[in-house]
Amino acid sequence: MTKRVLEVNHLSKAYKLGLINTGSLVNDLGEYYRRLTKRGYNAGQIELSAKAKPAEESKKKYHQALNDVSFTLNEGDVLGVIGKNGAGKSTLLKILSRVTTPTSGEVRIYGRLASLLEVGTGFHPELTGRENVFMNGAILGMRKAEITKKFDEIIAFSGVGQYIDTPVKRYSSGMYVRLAFAVASHLEPEILIVDEVLAVGDSAFQKKCLDRMMEVSRSGRTVLFVSHNLSAVKQLCNRGLFLRSGTSIFEGDIDKALSLYYEDGVATDFSNPVRDIRPFARKECLGNLTISTITFNKASYMVGEPWEIEVRLENHQPNKAYKDLLLDFAIHDRYDNKLIHLTNIFLGADRLAFQPTDVYKFSIPSLDLSPDRYNLFMSLRANEEIEDWIGEPVQFDILESNNYGFSNSSLIRGMSQPKAKFQVIQNA
Amino acid sequence: MSNHISSSAPTIISNKRSFSFATLRELWQYRDLIRVFVYRDLVSIYKQTVLGPFWFVIQPIITTLTFTIIFEKVAKLPTEGIPSMLFYMSGIIFWSYFAECLTKISNTFVQNANLFSKVYFPRLVVPISQIISNFIKFSIQFGLFTILYLFMFPGSERASTYNALNLLLLPVVLFAFALLSFSLGLIVSSITIKYRDVAFLIQFGIQLLMYGSAVIYPITTVPEKYRIFIELNPLTGIFETVRFTLFGTPMPDLWVLLYSVGFTLISTLFAISLFSKVEKNSMDIV
Repeated sequence: MTKRVLEVNHLSKAYKLGLINTGSLVNDLGEYYRRLTKRGYNAGQIELSAKAKPAEESKKKYHQALNDVSFTLNEGDVLGVIGKNGAGKSTLLKILSRVTTPTSGEVRIYGRLASLLEVGTGFHPELTGRENVFMNGAILGMRKAEITKKFDEIIAFSGVGQYIDTPVKRYSSGMYVRLAFAVASHLEPEILIVDEVLAVGDSAFQKKCLDRMMEVSRSGRTVLFVSHNLSAVKQLCNRGLFLRSGTSIFEGDIDKALSLYYEDGVATDFSNPVRDIRPFARKECLGNLTISTITFNKASYMVGEPWEIEVRLENHQPNKAYKDLLLDFAIHDRYDNKLIHLTNIFLGADRLAFQPTDVYKFSIPSLDLSPDRYNLFMSLRANEEIEDWIGEPVQFDILESNNYGFSNSSLIRGMSQPKAKFQVIQNA
Repeated sequence: MSNHISSSAPTIISNKRSFSFATLRELWQYRDLIRVFVYRDLVSIYKQTVLGPFWFVIQPIITTLTFTIIFEKVAKLPTEGIPSMLFYMSGIIFWSYFAECLTKISNTFVQNANLFSKVYFPRLVVPISQIISNFIKFSIQFGLFTILYLFMFPGSERASTYNALNLLLLPVVLFAFALLSFSLGLIVSSITIKYRDVAFLIQFGIQLLMYGSAVIYPITTVPEKYRIFIELNPLTGIFETVRFTLFGTPMPDLWVLLYSVGFTLISTLFAISLFSKVEKNSMDIV
């Protein structure tokens, strides 16, 4: 029988926007007094909490970071939490690791929960490695006896053995992180939370974290993994939770969750090679010169076909001159790996000045990427300033096909299919 | 898996968490963390210093000498027949216990924002460990005071009337200082989450408070008509009791004592309930 280890019931969290208070203690006290006299004192409600204020204060805005999210995890589940920035992933983690409390709803945790976002938290630079192991362990909730028992193991795992009685301020950053991670990974929690924030380390360290996660999940414990790195999510998780603007859109099979997430991107008419960029969300936009349309040379592609886009710009300040244009385009796969990066500068068009009648064209004679859906990200700079930066990708498909004339395309794995040859050299 | 902090009952995260016996149980489970925090507070101060823990006693010695010169020799303030060095030193070490606990605890949230925003443990662990580490520091200073006391007190004019049983009150007095600094510190730290002003107020206010607390003068030297203002400060009663305990000076008026005790108890209750309420969402604001 599988054991339930985590229950999340109707979890919501609202943050107050803008200034936290009215700006002065006197005003706040006055308002507090008004609240006490008019509405009666509501136990558990206090000035400092992120709760609704009287209706007359309707100007105050709240951001609903999480809205009625529920799910359960059984022992051995590896749940990937996916969603765009601001979807509520971090808020969910903060509540689960008890750094903040929900506005409503509750979480029940059966067993110990540890989070790898705590790596090195509370290390004191003046204390030695040994002292910090004990302190960090205690902060993470280990008892002294437990740390003593595992101490040799922790030191061996960290590889800082001979420096263990040196203050950690003399450690290299690598040693520091290794020691911290060694402590965190010897916690043996029933539930482990891993945030992509741990991408701070070098790639070897990241790999170590992922390996440790695999190990933990194989040993039958439960992992909650939050990441933008969808390939890692797909690799590691058996279940997925897809959040959008604080609401749970889907919870269940990981492949279903991921495919819903891709489809959720931009509602795109893939039959039309001309894409209107004007309604797209902007990450940054000065509003002077913007990208208006992208025209693909085809609605969809076969592997190895020529790939071309024509970029049209729109000038909202007819009197302004723009020089040093920089059109920056990148093709990402669905796991957000940057596969191809093109700019006009790389391709020899330096010091490009804007002409209203110009159309800018990128072309790749043979796009050798494997069949999948791809994301095209773009930004535009002029006069050394970011003029337009599109926040969501334009998507295009490369249909089931291959570059080698092989009968069964689905057998060919790998992200890219460069032109290739095989030869048998006889009697060599 | 039996020796970590977990139990068979589920941990429930909701908005309803407030102070209860479960909080006390949880604090007990985290006693090892309190221990390492105390160790950290004491050890990290004198790392990379030549004199190390001697700094704990150098500070009161120098302050005592300064006060003796200024207040006794220059200002000629009376010390109720207590050897002036002992009078000032007792005031200074008890005062610095109170003042350091208060300032440190007032900074609980701001100082530990980085830690608190990453990992959960009962937040009361931090103020409690401050009380304990400052108590250890106080004990070292009190040891120094005891040596001086044994040399200087027996020959003084107070010694003949002094009853050694008074010393039984010493733990009570210490407990009162600890509780008062703990509760005021918690209140200030709860307010500073939102209003940093209070932290500034504490920084210089604590200097002034010493002069209003009968630390460096006996309450009897204050003119009758102003005395009430000094007595309204709950610290006055406790400092007068310190001198009763150590030197056998008259006990303060009963109402002053009851006022100090009542003030301490009420502010403690208020502080704990306020702290438990604000700690939940403190990291959204701080």
